Amino acid sequence: MATAAITAEREHYLNKEYGIRSWLLTTDHKRIALLYLISITFFFFVGGFFALLIRLELLTPAGDLVQADTYNKLFSMHGQVMIFFFLIPSIPAVLGNFLVPLMIGAKDLAFPRINLLSWYLYIIAGVIYIHCIVTGGVDTGWTFYTPFSTAFSNTKVIEAGIAVFIAGFSSILTGLNFVVTIHRMRAPGMTWSRLPLFIWAHYATSIIQLLGTPVLAVTLLLVVFERAFNLGIFDPTRGGDPLLFQHLFWFYSHPAVYIMILPAMAVESEVVACFTRKRIFGYNFVAMSSIAIAVFGFLVWAHHMFVAGISLYAALIFSILSYLVAVPSAIKVFNWTATMYKGSISFTTPMLYAFGFIGLFTMGGLTGLFLACLGIDVHVHDTYFVIAHFHYIMVGGAVMGYLGGLHFWWPKISGRMYPEGWGRLAALLVFVGFNLTFFPQFILGYMGMPRRYWQYPPEFQVLNVLSTAGSTILAVGYVLPMVYFLWSMRYGKIAEDNPWGAAGLEWKTSSPPPTFNFDEAPEVTWEAYNYEEIPAPAEVPVER
Amino acid sequence: MSEHIISSKLYYAIWITLLVLTVVTALVARVDLGPFNTIVALVIATFKALLVVLFFMHVKYTSEKLTKIVIASAIFWLFLLLALSMADYTTRLLN
Amino acid sequence: MSDSPIAVEQHGPELLHHFVDAEQQRDAASLGMWLFLATEIMFFGGMFCAYLIYRYAYYNEFAAGSRSLDLKWGTINTAVLICSSLTVALGVRAAQMGKRKLLVILLLLTIVFGFVFLGIKGKEWHDKYTEHHIPGHSFNADDLVRDYPQIHIDQQHEQIYFSLYFAMTGLHALHMIIGVGIFVFLTYYAWKGRYTPKYYTPIEIGGLYWHFVDIVWIYLFPLLYLIDRKPLG
Repeated sequence: MATAAITAEREHYLNKEYGIRSWLLTTDHKRIALLYLISITFFFFVGGFFALLIRLELLTPAGDLVQADTYNKLFSMHGQVMIFFFLIPSIPAVLGNFLVPLMIGAKDLAFPRINLLSWYLYIIAGVIYIHCIVTGGVDTGWTFYTPFSTAFSNTKVIEAGIAVFIAGFSSILTGLNFVVTIHRMRAPGMTWSRLPLFIWAHYATSIIQLLGTPVLAVTLLLVVFERAFNLGIFDPTRGGDPLLFQHLFWFYSHPAVYIMILPAMAVESEVVACFTRKRIFGYNFVAMSSIAIAVFGFLVWAHHMFVAGISLYAALIFSILSYLVAVPSAIKVFNWTATMYKGSISFTTPMLYAFGFIGLFTMGGLTGLFLACLGIDVHVHDTYFVIAHFHYIMVGGAVMGYLGGLHFWWPKISGRMYPEGWGRLAALLVFVGFNLTFFPQFILGYMGMPRRYWQYPPEFQVLNVLSTAGSTILAVGYVLPMVYFLWSMRYGKIAEDNPWGAAGLEWKTSSPPPTFNFDEAPEVTWEAYNYEEIPAPAEVPVER
Repeated sequence: MSEHIISSKLYYAIWITLLVLTVVTALVARVDLGPFNTIVALVIATFKALLVVLFFMHVKYTSEKLTKIVIASAIFWLFLLLALSMADYTTRLLN
Repeated sequence: MSDSPIAVEQHGPELLHHFVDAEQQRDAASLGMWLFLATEIMFFGGMFCAYLIYRYAYYNEFAAGSRSLDLKWGTINTAVLICSSLTVALGVRAAQMGKRKLLVILLLLTIVFGFVFLGIKGKEWHDKYTEHHIPGHSFNADDLVRDYPQIHIDQQHEQIYFSLYFAMTGLHALHMIIGVGIFVFLTYYAWKGRYTPKYYTPIEIGGLYWHFVDIVWIYLFPLLYLIDRKPLG
């Protein structure tokens, strides 16, 4: 199987045991990470399929591909699948699960069986959601707004609600595992100030998962109770307030976007440090800004409700707080940029994704400030401006972070190098395709095209066509890594322990690591990002 | 988690206190204190909860600061939800 | 399972291999349960938020609905849970002292108290059914309107109080049922002799969960039953 095996093959976590039972009953955090990798990739393509249909429909102003009711289902399920079944788990459940114990010098997470349980909850939720899709789907928008979802929708709201509820518990358990692990299982000498910033960011993410997700869970439960048992909590005819649902929903769903971006920022810190061969500038500020984002992120939720009927005074409060929440994110961007100053930069695939992340996340973040301004939001709320804003952060930011991280740690995870040329090409296609897809949407929104509409006035067509064209390029960029990652598992160059010359405990063990991570328990006596002590690799490994 | 073994006498004392407070809160509710009825009821409930947390759940005897931080954070977060939501509802009629 | 070169101390089968020592395992379990309880505070907290907002908006209806609950049974149920917390705390103490038989008795008593609570709750729910106070088509609050001629009660808004009553007590009861289930397992293993002064972590963290469910009820009682109990004029 290996192209250049010199010695007998060493035992590691992939070849230690074979057979489906050894995977489905594993408690090894690394195997669970791979189980998640396969599952979320599946849901990424399900969500992407819905996106494809949306973009095809929007090629023409008339509603001619699908019926209006079907279109409602398409955008609702695209959102729910992408958010709950792809983005929220993506980096934490794949890269976090794999790397957190390795980075702190532990043998596994604190609760390995709960880790496996969280994957099974995710799968159960996924199966329920797929069943929901194939038996009619849900058309409430990804946001389940009442009273449409409780009283008027004829679609599978209860099933979708239950699926998301269960997926939420998967997320809560992952967060719980990370917090306990980081507090209790750091190797000797691994003090808080020596932790990689990846760990700080995942710690902050876990806080949000723990404190926010339960509110979503109980809110969806109340929607299910209302539909199933005719309780009247959100029913306007009985005095229920639809805005109460929105307050409870967004109390989670706004911090949820920080669950999606903080792990990408985690990856960003590691990749930028490695490919500038420098300690991250302002380590303390970057670490603290992760915590600040987690805390402030809980204070801004009603900026999704500015035109929904909240009081003007509440709107003012939430607007000011929304401006404040941008500050810690900006601090990170400044620090990554400052790290690059006088650094020794290599343009490897992960670094290309990192550059893309900084630019696109900044654009997405800045347009968030536009939306935080009440006067502007009145005009662009529920238009394509908002859609472009959050896709710049979710896709231009979070997905690029995920892909960059997958490439960076692929040698560690699989023991193989991916082909660097193809990696760079895919990164370029993703960047170009992404911008072509979503930049026109800023303009469309500003010009007044509403979101969630399946037909539109003809003057918007040119920009819509550009957007759809971009999405096809983006799709190619996403399919390529799947192909060459799979290829690399059989034909890729065998990876050394530390092909990038990177800092971090995970690079001190073999690629792939043994089941219990380290042959000898590490003792840490050095600071994080000690690049001055690590020799740069002779050449950046390139696989043609 | 401490190894400190608490005397059963203390447990019984806490138990009696909790029962007494339960009866008290039910009786006080029948007295007209105007807006203070609610406040008194919640103060008594909080005191009962504190007794359970500190003594039955051993928080008074633990040397682990993190436990207290976790409890305080959760309660604080709940108050964030309640306070900021009420910031909307209590100011609506002013429009 | 490969052996780590880290020196393996003498320990029982309960020490999981990824932990360095029993103390780390215990501390991890404790922190894990406290974090889980924090998520439960937020879980119930969402409903407390709904309660707060609707009580603020519909005080009269909430007061009337609160009166329609039987204060006697509510108080008794509160006392039942307090007794169960005592047996749990004494049970942890028995485990710490290695008194197996006493531990089993206390765990069984806890389960009995749990069933008593659920039984009384079931009776109260049945009363709501016969009084036509279950939200939905057969809801009828004429009795409340009749009892309170001096204040205006909107029967539609009254349904919101009862919706929250059933949602909150229902979710609490579900947690009680889960708690009883957990304690059944704990009782079995305690009877088998699994818990010793060196290892009684499941009793301790099971106890934490039970106390938390008790605390939720300590708040539900005044919020649902004691809104307005002033004697009618």
